[in-house]
Amino acid sequence: MSATNSITKAGGHSSVTRLLMRNHIWVFLALTIVVFSTASPYFLTINNLGNVLTQAAFIGILAIGMTLVMIDGEIDLSVGAILALASALAIGLQDHIGIWPAVFVGFLSGAALGFLNGTLVALSGMHSFIVTLGGLIGIRGLVFIYTGEDALMVGDFSYTEYPEIYLGPISLTAMIFIALALFFQWILSSTRHGRETYAIGDNIDAAHDAGINIKRHKIINFTLCGALAAIAGILLSMRLGTAEPNAGKVWELWTIIAVVLGGTRLQGGYGSMWMTIGGVLTLAVLRNGLRLLNTPNYVELMVMGTVLVLALLIDKLLSRQEA
Amino acid sequence: MQTEMKAFLRRHGLLAGFGLFLISVALSADAFLTPGNIFDVLRQVSITGVMAVGVTFVVITGRLDLSVGSLLTLLTVIVVDQHNTSGPAMAILITLAAGIGVGMFNGVLVGLVGLNALIVTLAMLSFLQGLVLFYSGGSNVNVQNAQTTWFAVFGRHDLFGVPVPALIFLVTAVIAAFVLNRTIFGRQVFAVGGNETASRFSGIASRWTVFWAYALSGLTTAIAAVIMGSRVMGAQNTIGQGYELTVLAGVILGGTSLLGGSGSIWRTVLGITMLGFIQNGLLLLGFPYYVQWLVTWAVIILAVWIDLGAKRGRILA
Repeated sequence: MSATNSITKAGGHSSVTRLLMRNHIWVFLALTIVVFSTASPYFLTINNLGNVLTQAAFIGILAIGMTLVMIDGEIDLSVGAILALASALAIGLQDHIGIWPAVFVGFLSGAALGFLNGTLVALSGMHSFIVTLGGLIGIRGLVFIYTGEDALMVGDFSYTEYPEIYLGPISLTAMIFIALALFFQWILSSTRHGRETYAIGDNIDAAHDAGINIKRHKIINFTLCGALAAIAGILLSMRLGTAEPNAGKVWELWTIIAVVLGGTRLQGGYGSMWMTIGGVLTLAVLRNGLRLLNTPNYVELMVMGTVLVLALLIDKLLSRQEA
Repeated sequence: MQTEMKAFLRRHGLLAGFGLFLISVALSADAFLTPGNIFDVLRQVSITGVMAVGVTFVVITGRLDLSVGSLLTLLTVIVVDQHNTSGPAMAILITLAAGIGVGMFNGVLVGLVGLNALIVTLAMLSFLQGLVLFYSGGSNVNVQNAQTTWFAVFGRHDLFGVPVPALIFLVTAVIAAFVLNRTIFGRQVFAVGGNETASRFSGIASRWTVFWAYALSGLTTAIAAVIMGSRVMGAQNTIGQGYELTVLAGVILGGTSLLGGSGSIWRTVLGITMLGFIQNGLLLLGFPYYVQWLVTWAVIILAVWIDLGAKRGRILA
């Protein structure tokens, strides 16, 4: 009898409540939007929301790759440095080999470094935290060796006009972010690679016993993560028209914050692009809203830290309730 | 003979490789292995070294502490600012208390509440950076009587010809090694990192062990901040930025496993000192400073991979 009780109790939540509990980040996002809308008249305007989306896109594209890697149970700390390298190559090589070949080389550099990260993790069995911590330090060195400490500037400023295509208030950059997120959500939920990625993160031994090629999937996800970081770097170089050697510094941390805020678990096996979009947008809305309210920079940093710990606490409470 | 050789390399491969590096740099740069230069390097590594000693405890419990860089910034700002208002002795006391306090706060969230260490200390990194700007109002602080204060002892002076910060590093490491290897708490740190469930079943209050490990990490960061403040006689708002990564790189290079349960203070000291000599050696050879990052990357990957491969008995996973 008590067993039946506990079952009805666990299933007692309506499906809507359960859906909200699993996507609590969207509830939180809605709340922050309501709060900032009442607090600032400039927040809930089409223009500003379009801006938020564009600002979110860079961390957002990094976060897509990070989500793939995290569902695998791994982590990639080198995305900020890869972003800087891709943006430096895309701008620095333009004068020598033309715009699109330069962009392509930038993209390849990211994919190649991601492949290197994944291969090192798979072949050595080292923790990806160590491999990519090394990458974070070393790839930044590569960036400085290439740029020689100075910011690179585009010679031809038509380069900065490529992302200036708008669909209503939505910039091309934001569209690319959304399109990539949808595409990789499809990969995760509807392809063999996606399902096996979850399986590996959930229980690596069981995945191995089920005949899943763990190394291959990990290498693919790290390569995708590097390639996505390069795309973010190229879009950033188009937006700024310059490539600074320190670009993207500590962005890997913001990216991890965004992904975890969304609800994807560091332990692997659980997460989705929907959650990540929610986390990325929440982070962007918080930053944008606090700036519109003219709060000093330190408030932003402290709010971010607090929100992150709260998100962890909520996640812990909810997962205890579901269990 | 061959197996003896293998066993030796397995145990001392890192040291042997480091020795080779020292010799090859010394052959091409005369200034490298002079007492003056060696002491300079030791003075430089003392700050990250002292921090790494505390972080080693956290890592052995199987946790991480990414907040130490921001904490170093905050505490350096505090020690310099308080030096001007409350005097050196009071400033040091306040700094040590603040460091332990922040460490305990991490310890509550990670140890007692049981939240993910990476995320909690990442959140703390951001929060403390905000706190720095709040405390300092965004401006740099400087020690007003830099030429006359006895506070200069910790970062600038020598004792028996050895830089005081290097001595502080040594003493911290000796005490920490004693605590880790010869006390009940030290045993518990290893036990919790090795198998937390088992440690709990054997009656260890594992949550509190983690809590105290973080408190130690806060304390050593405070000691590092005293050295830093004394050496620079001022503090910018970003003075400790990125230190958490150097510290972790040193701990990892020393062979302390991120999975917890193994590691030693001496290997951390070796790891951090190696990084310092690599940096110094490359500069003396005339490379720009950022080349050391590339070398650090290669050294971390190689050292950890070889260490892992030796334990596993084969190189590939």
